[in-house]
Amino acid sequence: MSLDQAEPVAAPAAAPGPRAPGRGRAAATARQGRSRRSGRWWTPWLFLAPALILFLYFKFIPMANALTMSFQEVQPYLGNKWVGTENYSTVLQSHGFREAAWHTVVLAAGQTAGSMALGLVLALLMEGQGRRLRFVRSAAFLPVVVPIAVVAELWRIMYHPTGDGMLNSLLGLVGLGPSGFINDPDTSMASIMLTGIWRGAPYDMMIILAGLTSVDRGLYEAAKVDGASRWQRVWYVTVPGLRSVFSILFILAAIRGLRVFTEVFLLTNGGPDGSTEVVMTLIYKLGLEQSRLGVGAAGAVLLFVATLILTVVVQLLRRRESK
Amino acid sequence: MSAQTETALGLTESRSTGGRILKAVVHLLVLIIFAGPLLALLVSAFGHVKDPTQLSIVPSGLTLDNFRIAFDQGVLAYLLNSFLVVGFGLLLQVAVSVLAGYALARKKFPGMTLVLVAILATLMLPEEILALPLSLILSDLPVVHFNLIGTLAGMIVPLGAWGFSILVMTEFMKDVPRELEEAARIDGAGDLRIFAQIILPMCKPALGVIGVFGFTMIWDQYLLPLLVSTDSSSYTLPLALRTLRIDPAVTPGVVMAASLLALLPSVIVFLFFQRSFVSGLSSGALKG
Repeated sequence: MSLDQAEPVAAPAAAPGPRAPGRGRAAATARQGRSRRSGRWWTPWLFLAPALILFLYFKFIPMANALTMSFQEVQPYLGNKWVGTENYSTVLQSHGFREAAWHTVVLAAGQTAGSMALGLVLALLMEGQGRRLRFVRSAAFLPVVVPIAVVAELWRIMYHPTGDGMLNSLLGLVGLGPSGFINDPDTSMASIMLTGIWRGAPYDMMIILAGLTSVDRGLYEAAKVDGASRWQRVWYVTVPGLRSVFSILFILAAIRGLRVFTEVFLLTNGGPDGSTEVVMTLIYKLGLEQSRLGVGAAGAVLLFVATLILTVVVQLLRRRESK
Repeated sequence: MSAQTETALGLTESRSTGGRILKAVVHLLVLIIFAGPLLALLVSAFGHVKDPTQLSIVPSGLTLDNFRIAFDQGVLAYLLNSFLVVGFGLLLQVAVSVLAGYALARKKFPGMTLVLVAILATLMLPEEILALPLSLILSDLPVVHFNLIGTLAGMIVPLGAWGFSILVMTEFMKDVPRELEEAARIDGAGDLRIFAQIILPMCKPALGVIGVFGFTMIWDQYLLPLLVSTDSSSYTLPLALRTLRIDPAVTPGVVMAASLLALLPSVIVFLFFQRSFVSGLSSGALKG
């Protein structure tokens, strides 16, 4: 028993053979060898320095500043004044912020659910080999690589509110009246969501397709032998096999949804009538247009806490599930 | 059908005419939904200027008028800005990532876990949330007191370190065999030589992945250029689209022409490097 345990430990030390007459010497040579091998202690830090300096300047210091600013009244030239949690209560009590938070949650939830559902359907429909399939998949993926600013301008024109707008003329073909899309407070949120799903679904499709390759093909055969229908196969074999893929996609998409800015900024900038104001467009307006940096920072910190909580909760759920 | 090609829906098995038609219809529908709008963009960019509101799939005759007007509006200068930002940004990002990846993959040192955790943390820190303090920092960098607002450098330097490419590089460099490195050390090579002549040349596939992803990421930047630029002389092309649109003299066709120029580079990069793009996408997402 004790020999069995000692052996694997002793083996590497004994490997050099003639150079290792005693255990102490062997360890010393090994240590010497290692320090020579890995050079001076600061070598790795030299290689890491550019990355660490950039992260410090553009990630960690801004984060620390956001935290301090959120407890201050930021006054350029006059010096900042410590106001405790006043900014937070201002933010939490403001009707505008609560509206924006609600819009953000609705948009994030809608886009996440829509993109994942459509992505799954697309992936299932376009799984497999063949030249045409590959072509269709690449074409469907294009919206993901198109810059977000271009997507927004394109959809803005497609959403043209009169009858001769592109989407409205399509609606006209099936006998539906012209919709105001992003110009109508009733449909503006759904329109932004639709644009987000258009850009998000192909991404989810690609990830799900990658996940599908790891589903055990033998299980499909077995299910077929057992007489399972197509839908039973998807429901009992494919979907459980994709569980971890779904949870990762969910975190990624939900976080992307919470921090949504560019699409909304370009499509509606929060309008009409504040119907699409999200947290980030509000923070942008507070900070850069009204110079209320402290209040804006408090909003940003709250948004960060929300993303953090979401990530942790989903990770915990995943861990419990896998047990 | 062999077990290898078996799919969830089993659509590949359908050899019947009905099944084939159904598949073709599905593919056509997918193409219309996802590529259709982009085709409309293409067509209206080359279409006539007269129609001010409508995008159409049916070309109304080919013309370069939209591009001519776009160039008169200074689109070429914006495109040049975009190229400068993506060129220098990518160069910096790749350099920073391979250096950091080398240290993390090939060295063992106290504090390594902390560095890894810090890098992972930056991936969870959305740039949007840092927007306000970042704009303050860019106007007066701590210690060195540079003002980067209004300069292209302000759009480039913050993108230099990206957690994703550092982690991709680290994972890849871990797989380079130790023996090669040992042999070089015995021959008296230092860290810099081992890095440049042994590790780096073996990482070409990973360089492809971080190059493609870095390019797409930088080309897609909107908020950072928005924070940094003060006037149109430092606009990148995506930023300029909005100014173009607001100009009442500019028709949608012109905006679409400029949009085409703005999307072409990333689409070309994607089409050329599809393989590394897709593999990086799935490995990045499924590992993270």
